[in-house]
Amino acid sequence: MTVLVIAEHDNASIRAATLNTVTAALQCGGDVHVLVAGANAAAAASAAAAIAGVAKVLHADDAGFAHALAENVAAQVLAIAASYSHILFAATASGKNIAPRVAAKLDVGQISDITKVESADTFERPIYAGNAIATVQSLDAIKVLTVRTTGFDPAAANGGAAPVEVLAAVAASAKVTFMGSEIARNDRPELTAAKIVVSGGRALGSSEKFMAVMTPLADKLGAAMGASRAAVDAGYAPNDWQVGQTGKIVAPQLYVACGISGAIQHLAGMKDSKVIVAINKDAEAPIFSVADYGLEADLFVAVPELVAAL
Amino acid sequence: MKVLVPVKRVVDYNVKVRVKSDGSGVDIANVKMSMNPFDEIAIEEAVRLREKGVATEVIAVSCGVTQCQETLRTAMAIGADRAILVETSEELQPLAVAKLLKALVEKEQPGLVILGKQAIDDDCNQTGQMLAALCDMPQATFASKVEIVDGQARVTREVDGGMETIAISLPAVVTTDLRLNEPRYVTLPNIMKAKKKQMDVYKPADLGVDVKPHLVTLKVKEPPQRSAGIKVPDVATLVAKLKTEAKVI
Repeated sequence: MTVLVIAEHDNASIRAATLNTVTAALQCGGDVHVLVAGANAAAAASAAAAIAGVAKVLHADDAGFAHALAENVAAQVLAIAASYSHILFAATASGKNIAPRVAAKLDVGQISDITKVESADTFERPIYAGNAIATVQSLDAIKVLTVRTTGFDPAAANGGAAPVEVLAAVAASAKVTFMGSEIARNDRPELTAAKIVVSGGRALGSSEKFMAVMTPLADKLGAAMGASRAAVDAGYAPNDWQVGQTGKIVAPQLYVACGISGAIQHLAGMKDSKVIVAINKDAEAPIFSVADYGLEADLFVAVPELVAAL
Repeated sequence: MKVLVPVKRVVDYNVKVRVKSDGSGVDIANVKMSMNPFDEIAIEEAVRLREKGVATEVIAVSCGVTQCQETLRTAMAIGADRAILVETSEELQPLAVAKLLKALVEKEQPGLVILGKQAIDDDCNQTGQMLAALCDMPQATFASKVEIVDGQARVTREVDGGMETIAISLPAVVTTDLRLNEPRYVTLPNIMKAKKKQMDVYKPADLGVDVKPHLVTLKVKEPPQRSAGIKVPDVATLVAKLKTEAKVI
């Protein structure tokens, strides 16, 4: 039994989500191999080889892998899939995009967003926005899984010394072309891997006020910034800050929700945080039912006060 | 160009489901059902493409129980021209739905298939990608903008860290994210008109598709409950608690 993890990377380094996925892979049993499909991605392959617990790294290099297009990466995975009992992706935008293509071509069911490995063929996953947890067994010979990173501790990024084997790259699809991207560059920790997350809701009232009130708090705490769907839909915060059922799932040490009422779809994205703080002037806001510390106050007064007190 | 829009009937997003006491699943008897919100966005986008003259016909499809007809009527009230129901009372998993849709793609030959990125009941996020793979079509998932230019779809996608734009040749599969559009309200005259639109019904066997499950749900349980903590009177107390009690800052 050998388990394959599809690495997420930027061709130079491995993204944190891959480390959690490796932990899930080790729990499935057997050797863990990591596939790095990239363009000039030797550095990423070396980084993958250093992850503790990895037995072998497979490196396929081609311009077609530069932007992790689903058609190309899925084809590369399929070229080696028959040797594996499990194929794991992180349940990130990229993993969710690629994994079902692999499962469909293998004619196997996929289990999405696993939060626990019960045995080699049985897994737990949340359904209905986390309002229920299903235990699901796969009847297929190859298990295709996406891994909710908050369910598994990250494997150590160093300490391993796995051999790197170079694979022949599959031909890139002519049906898809990467045109460009707008990726926000900032020095903040990644939302899904941050130890502290500060999140704002619709109560912030505008994009300007959102940034003016929330940024100093995030700076002071060294936190990643998140937002409720209502705030994102209103244009106060960028799309990829959305925390919730259909956005990012986070489980930091500390989650500070400011002016967020706490719709079930939002709670689904953050209720596994270790400590939750809610600042809201509505005493009846559902967010208080999950908060460890609730402060009933106007966020425009309380947040600057909090920044000053930290 | 025809546009095929698969829609799923799900528990309404405002309903908080309850786990059955025997652990066999969630209780959906007598619960309000609606169209999956992401699929509503997909129908809206397809109808807008027809209104712009890019699409010629919008066909809504649903796979599942007889009551999915209501979901399809809603799709036609938003503006779909006709509907297809693949009727079965068996449990349908994403792979089976993708196979049923593939059979319909072969029959109808759409230039574009638009569907929601995930259903809010099983939260799988699989069907669109599976359909694309089975049909050897390119895909653009999590779309926040779709333009049809020179036989290609140019799609802006919501990805981790921001947005990216890709061009895919048609026919293709697009899955919708929340910010693609805001679906219109259905009006009473359009609901009346939708009742007269054509709806074809097939069984999975008519399409030659085996829908047997590949996964078995062994049990469903309540998630660990988080109990409410305390209310603090002021910021100073909050900071003190975080430092000395929770020790997270």
